[in-house]
Amino acid sequence: MFVRGLKRKCFDGEEDIEGTLAGIKAIPSYNLQRQSLLDMSLVKLQLCHMLVEPNLCRSVLIANTVRQIQEEMTQDGTWQMINTQSTGQASLDRLVSTDILCRSSREQAEGKHVPGFSTFNKDFEGDQAQDSSETMSTASSVQAPRNLQSNVWEMENPQENKGNFQKSLDQIFETLENKSPNSVEDLFSEVDNSYYDLDTMLTGMMSNTKMGHCDGLETFSSPTTTTSNSNCKSDLNELDHIVEILVES
Amino acid sequence: FSGAGGGNDIQWCFSQVKGAVDDDVAEADIISTVEFNHSGELLATGDKGGRVVIFQQEQENKTQSHSRGEYNVYSTFQSHEPEFDYLKSLEIEEKINKIRWLPQKNAAQFLLSTNDKTIKLWKISERDKRPEGYNLKEEDGRYRDPTTVTTLRVPVFRPMDLMVEASPRRIFANAHTYHINSISINSDYETYLSADDLRINLWHLEITDRSFNIVDIKPANMEELTEVITAAEFHPNSCNTFVYSSSKGTIRLCDMRASALCDRHSKLFEEPEDPSNRSFFSEIISSISDVKFSHSGRYMMTRDYLSVKIWDLNMENRPVETYQVHEYLRSKLCSLYENDCIFDKFECCWNGSDRQVQFFSLCTSDLSNIVMTGSYNNFFRMFDRNTKRDITLEASRENNKPRTVLKPRKVCASGKRKKDEISVDSLDFNKKILHTAWHPKENIIAVATTNNLYIFQDKMN
Repeated sequence: MFVRGLKRKCFDGEEDIEGTLAGIKAIPSYNLQRQSLLDMSLVKLQLCHMLVEPNLCRSVLIANTVRQIQEEMTQDGTWQMINTQSTGQASLDRLVSTDILCRSSREQAEGKHVPGFSTFNKDFEGDQAQDSSETMSTASSVQAPRNLQSNVWEMENPQENKGNFQKSLDQIFETLENKSPNSVEDLFSEVDNSYYDLDTMLTGMMSNTKMGHCDGLETFSSPTTTTSNSNCKSDLNELDHIVEILVES
Repeated sequence: FSGAGGGNDIQWCFSQVKGAVDDDVAEADIISTVEFNHSGELLATGDKGGRVVIFQQEQENKTQSHSRGEYNVYSTFQSHEPEFDYLKSLEIEEKINKIRWLPQKNAAQFLLSTNDKTIKLWKISERDKRPEGYNLKEEDGRYRDPTTVTTLRVPVFRPMDLMVEASPRRIFANAHTYHINSISINSDYETYLSADDLRINLWHLEITDRSFNIVDIKPANMEELTEVITAAEFHPNSCNTFVYSSSKGTIRLCDMRASALCDRHSKLFEEPEDPSNRSFFSEIISSISDVKFSHSGRYMMTRDYLSVKIWDLNMENRPVETYQVHEYLRSKLCSLYENDCIFDKFECCWNGSDRQVQFFSLCTSDLSNIVMTGSYNNFFRMFDRNTKRDITLEASRENNKPRTVLKPRKVCASGKRKKDEISVDSLDFNKKILHTAWHPKENIIAVATTNNLYIFQDKMN
């Protein structure tokens, strides 16, 4: 484990300074960096919900990176390491691993509450100005120094976490898939069929906007709560866009 | 390359620059593709605003033997408009992803241009004469009173100011669910392929209402998606052969004679990973952003984030040559991931294929021996396969004097920075050269910065 950590060359100059310290110190530093990279990747995937169709290549590469980190963390046994540090932390400080992305709009339309942003932690809480542009700008500030204690995987046990994580990754692709048609492939030509209905989507979003931007954080009462926060910044973005269209027409 | 050695080293000089001077770049003016036509007389650019601008080279002036003809605007037209997909609530960008010229068959020129979803065939034709002397119409088009017509005459063509017209002749739409990244015209000049992230379609240039799907890598369950198509190209000579590259750094060569759906490749080109360089970013930087066959079709070139690789089509397990474009960025990958630069898609191109240019070339059978590609800070790089020398040049308005040889640039990776060197941390990552093109016959190159097009040519003695 030590050897593996030292051989990695994935992080930049100034961060390597930490790595050159005594071996014992190098390990948490590597984990911190890896966690940081994971957070950054998740934020990047979240920002795929934009007006223009997301770049599929970029999304796939980021998702693969996330999977890679997850696999390594599982192999390292880091799940358990971090779990033991998490006792006694307020729920708001925890990184919610399960609610990585907004669910697909289809689920919204079915009236389910949409889970919130996953990467909220102490730092995010501090940025109380809550609009989507802030979210995008925090992508660059993700590298800001973090308290390791506040970046913990929230879970009951590693297996469940892994399952939830995989589920979230699946949600990512489901979401990406839903941005593209689900039609039967025709050898000669493709017809875009979408089961989105503007009205349904709008209805789904209207019910979600009753919650504040990050008010949903307060509803995280337990590690396994996934459905209480129904708000996503990107949902609001889409809502604004739809309202804009309606107004114009 | 530096010019000191004499011989046939090319000395590049600034020739022209096109585009706005001010630093405030309008989004629509961002150049997204550059392509010379088959004779090199025409140079087309596409931009983010959906426009195509075509430049034409002036006829060589016999008195000005020290320089080749300049490129001036020949035609400008709006190729694609922004669209909105109401079903998916998504905008379809009008940005021109690729332009490919057809070989010239008659007086008119034809090119294919594509955005994310729709490919269009444009006809560019000249009009320099117009008919005059109609019997029933006035010159302005109004109909004459028939009772005033007392004599008959034959209308004649009279010269007029040159007018260049662009008209869309074919629109190939509704065949791509995902974003089109490549188009490539077959050597039969009748068919072409278009590739998006997950599928490749084969079209006939005359038929717009259907296309054949020849590659489909979409998994049944999208949750299993881990790899996408990044580029595709037809072989220059074999009309049944094409290649496509992937985000995992592989290239597949397919033969359309094998089956209708080319899901199984004939050859798979992949270099084993170097374990000493392994990191979380290994896959991302291995993603291939461009693939180009050499003129003979014996080799192909691929561009990934840090390097250019030359592959021999007869050897699948590793490239025959690898050239490092900006290895000094390897230690900065995390920052480049954060600011998304790691996803920049650089293109690459071969030198022209005229025999005269390759006089001293050792690869006379192939004629493809110089590789050009872009980097950051408005730098671009060239690699000579024969001499193994490389050079870094800059596209900047500071080197504005024609016939002044461009000064080679150097990036200082670490340690003490020498005079005239630039340190990695000073590089401007917003100034990226993604698109370059080489004249098919002469040593003239077109290099696109964000919103300017630079034309360089070799110093003629």
